Amino acid sequence: MKKASISILALSVAAAAAGLSVATAEMSAGNTPSITPKAMADALHLVMDSDRTVYTQKIVNRLVKKDKVITASEHFEDEQALVLPAQMFRFGSELVAQRAADKPDVNFTYSLQSLWPVNRQNAPKTEVEKTGLQFIADNKGENYYAEEELGGKRYFTAVYPDIGVAPVCVSCHNDHKDSPRRDFKIGDVMGGVVIRIPLGS
Amino acid sequence: MMSDSGRAGKKILWLVWLGSALLAALALTYTLLNGEDRTLFMPGPLSPGHHQLAAACDACHTDPLGDGDVLQEACVACHGDDRKKPVDSHPLVKFNDPRNAERLAQIDATRCVTCHTEHRPEITATDGLTQPLDLCVHCHRDIAADRPSHAGMPFATCKDSGCHNYHNNRALYTDFLLKHQHAPELAEQPLLPARQFVTLLDEIMEYPHDRYPVVALAPEDADAPQPVDEEVKRDWLTTAHAAAGVNCSACHLAENAESETPLWTDHPGQQGCSQCHALEVERFGKGRHGMRLAAGLAPMTPEQALLPMQPQAAHRELTCNSCHPAHRFDTATAAVEACLDCHADDHSLAYKTSRHHELWQQELNGELPEGSGVSCAGCHMPRIDFDVSDWLSRIMVDHNQSANLSPNSKMIRSSCLHCHGLPFSLDALADRNLIDSNFKGRPQAQVRSIEMAGEDQRRALEETGGSP
Repeated sequence: MKKASISILALSVAAAAAGLSVATAEMSAGNTPSITPKAMADALHLVMDSDRTVYTQKIVNRLVKKDKVITASEHFEDEQALVLPAQMFRFGSELVAQRAADKPDVNFTYSLQSLWPVNRQNAPKTEVEKTGLQFIADNKGENYYAEEELGGKRYFTAVYPDIGVAPVCVSCHNDHKDSPRRDFKIGDVMGGVVIRIPLGS
Repeated sequence: MMSDSGRAGKKILWLVWLGSALLAALALTYTLLNGEDRTLFMPGPLSPGHHQLAAACDACHTDPLGDGDVLQEACVACHGDDRKKPVDSHPLVKFNDPRNAERLAQIDATRCVTCHTEHRPEITATDGLTQPLDLCVHCHRDIAADRPSHAGMPFATCKDSGCHNYHNNRALYTDFLLKHQHAPELAEQPLLPARQFVTLLDEIMEYPHDRYPVVALAPEDADAPQPVDEEVKRDWLTTAHAAAGVNCSACHLAENAESETPLWTDHPGQQGCSQCHALEVERFGKGRHGMRLAAGLAPMTPEQALLPMQPQAAHRELTCNSCHPAHRFDTATAAVEACLDCHADDHSLAYKTSRHHELWQQELNGELPEGSGVSCAGCHMPRIDFDVSDWLSRIMVDHNQSANLSPNSKMIRSSCLHCHGLPFSLDALADRNLIDSNFKGRPQAQVRSIEMAGEDQRRALEETGGSP
């Protein structure tokens, strides 16, 4: 188990480093280093996606599908099971929202959404989300970027495709009683990660 | 034209009026700032959950000039622990995402007062709820598409008994209903979980191991400065305290502001208890027994209660010792007799003729194993696995007896399911008459939740061609 956590840490650091290389800092007029919202979103997504991939492959898929020593369940506490990769992702986003709330310069939010969500609350709500999720489903491999106004504030919103990388992703969604779509195959765009960065006035 | 005397009279009247107004203003200001009873300024009576705090405005209004944030902080200060996952299925973090901005503009689910407004008895329903009837619809208007069994049901019925609990839905979520749908009325081994304290003493950092090592004490070990009354000593020797090395000084030496070293006190308060039982005391302060003490008011007395109480108990004060009298601290007494000394509602009065009490008697007589009896505390002060720190949890008696009381579905997992199946528990808790008779007879109510979950599951399985 210790080995697993070390490898996650190593990969996370590598992912973070890779992310930062994308988010190249530029010198603004005031000679203060700055990055564009798009670069920041891309960097964040790279870290999120890498961590999630590691959890899905090296923990859930290995222990559930390969070694068959434990199950993964949305009711992980009651079932004494692993948290689902999507929950792992969401718990992280909730913690970030909580911790970033009083840090105006890093106050961003992110969520995992789908046009075919198991939980209806994760369906797109805003126009940008709806357009973006449809765009990434129709244009495989491409991201979607837009600006939008919510609750009187402007945001830079980026939508990244979320691909079913492991057999457990696909089988769980196809078999779930609340899933509105049951013909997913490995490699399909199953949903999207939406990252939202507030823009100054 | 007014005469001189008329003018003088009018002047005096003005002065009297001004003087009276000034005096009244001074008296009101003094009462507002320093008065013990400030209920005069209340815009309306408080809900049953908070009525005991009518004299402690600042328990909630911590800053008289503060806005909604101040009130929100006050709610969270007392109720925050219960409003986190996994206990709360609608925690704050669900709503803070900007994508919910439009919904929050319609109904602000981030504020407790949206559904729990105080001082408004005309709109307050049971459980202190002032919930807008359309609360659920803003997010769940399409529920019938996911759950065809819900088609046509009015949104005002979501919170009906056995259906949904906005915060604590742990006994009512669909998969839980399905998992327990065939559970028999009575479990094979109906037993309450055993309490953990003594077994975990080594791991509790706050425990004063250095001063009171866990070694059984003998009569001559008593360390009171004066000779100890023989009866007191006998009582003490029968307790787990004496058996675990807890000497007289452990409770009777209290911190004192006027002295650097603790001073002996004949009547230690709850501070004495909280040296070792801090979490129990904290939970006590959050329920209706201890909330006045926690707010710095005089202890609760039965005469202030809204429920029917025994008249002879009207003036008894509620402290730790009310239910755990020194020096025996007998938990069996605390679990039944202490309750019935005060409570006189139908459910309480019927307890001693109930099957639950019969089992309790059998346990006390040694005819059944420990945990088989059902005392008042067995259900209302359930034994819960509490996280006492980030690294340690222990099963302890929840001394906040209000926590699982209302709506009563909160009692299902913490109490009922130790002995009963879920279908029976849901029906029994939806039957008001059965509750009043302390569960004599069979439930007449039939909750449809499990049936509806089953319908939806069958439909989904037909669609996927799978099997349960």
